[in-house]
Amino acid sequence: MYDFGYTKPSSLADAVAALAGDDEAKALAGGQTLIPVLKQRLNKPTKVVDLSKLGLSGITVTGDSVTIGAMTNHATVAASADVKRAIPALAALAGGIGDIQVRNRGTIGGSMANNDPSACYPSAVLALGATITTNKRSISADDYFQGMFTTALEAGEVITSVTFPVPAKAAYIKFKNPASRYAMVGVFVANGPKGVRVAVTGAGQGGVFRHTGAEAALSKSWSPASLDGVSISPDNMNSDIHASAPYRAHLVGVVTKRAVAAAG
Amino acid sequence: MPQVTLTVNGKTSTVEVEGRTLLVELLREKLGLTGTHVGCDTSQCGACVVHVDGNSVKSCTMLAVQADGSSVTTIEGLAKADGTLHPMQEMFREHHALQCGFCTPGMVMAAVDLVAKNPQGLSEEQIRHGLEGNLCRCTGYHNIVKAIDAAQPLMHAK
Repeated sequence: MYDFGYTKPSSLADAVAALAGDDEAKALAGGQTLIPVLKQRLNKPTKVVDLSKLGLSGITVTGDSVTIGAMTNHATVAASADVKRAIPALAALAGGIGDIQVRNRGTIGGSMANNDPSACYPSAVLALGATITTNKRSISADDYFQGMFTTALEAGEVITSVTFPVPAKAAYIKFKNPASRYAMVGVFVANGPKGVRVAVTGAGQGGVFRHTGAEAALSKSWSPASLDGVSISPDNMNSDIHASAPYRAHLVGVVTKRAVAAAG
Repeated sequence: MPQVTLTVNGKTSTVEVEGRTLLVELLREKLGLTGTHVGCDTSQCGACVVHVDGNSVKSCTMLAVQADGSSVTTIEGLAKADGTLHPMQEMFREHHALQCGFCTPGMVMAAVDLVAKNPQGLSEEQIRHGLEGNLCRCTGYHNIVKAIDAAQPLMHAK
């Protein structure tokens, strides 16, 4: 690892100031992606700005929404009785990320800022129509994701929380790579205040995307059977040693059906 | 250089580190606690698992500066001062849950956290899932799972 300057600001304003005006500064959330990247010398930040002392962790559940502070780790979301009651699919998704040790450190804000094409959280954010709140503004899920590892975040912009509307029904099913346990295909289905929405992670070349064909079919009838005959083009699917593009396209259909069945 | 003050196995130390110093490097190289191992160094194998403020983490994927102000427990801190083994260590010995022993410190630390956080008890399948972050290349896991299962009543009886 190349060495870097390190700062742990105690206010959001100080963190934003530390990141501003330095394109090579990096924000550090849970570090479960950033630290491995630094160890491989794939990134050489001038300084690392640790966001852990900004008071950005915590969960607030109201009658119709769940707000998760950006620095809340996955284990906390998975274990939260409030999240389990309001959006059980979200708690289950958090409890399936990585392994226990990763879940004890990794955060929702870090996952969202990184927007790994195989990350779990982006599918929940997009399918539920969540809102990403930063130090500057609120960004709707539909505007937030802009391709693999690319988001609407501007330089020096820091996510403070993510707010999910509570759906009537939702489920997330992940078809895992057996070694890395990343999603080869992960599908989050939701029937909620933002309508019927289906988001797919792990499969697309451009990162998470909405499966509009499945949404149209499920809007008519919310059942696995209504997805019979719904297919998706392999054109924009990832292809690698683990799965070809046509295989991933096939998996999207299978996993979407399983998710609808799980949502009930 | 940044200074880190942390309590490791009950003893508070203040250590000068670089920004890039990993927690496992601080433990092994600055404090001489070489029971915590570095296996893959890519956050996958779990040989470096320690407890930070009561939660198991991979100490190869945490900066030493992130542990400032924290309480850390390593494998060296599990047994009592008189040498009496922790029930998890005792069950690993009883059930022959190791062969070469390289993964064992991380396995034991992960297992202690897993069992402590699940007082309702864990099935064999849940124990296996709970070990997803730890790799063992010798045992085939069977005796590790048996040891953890056997340690459950001992830990919860305390």
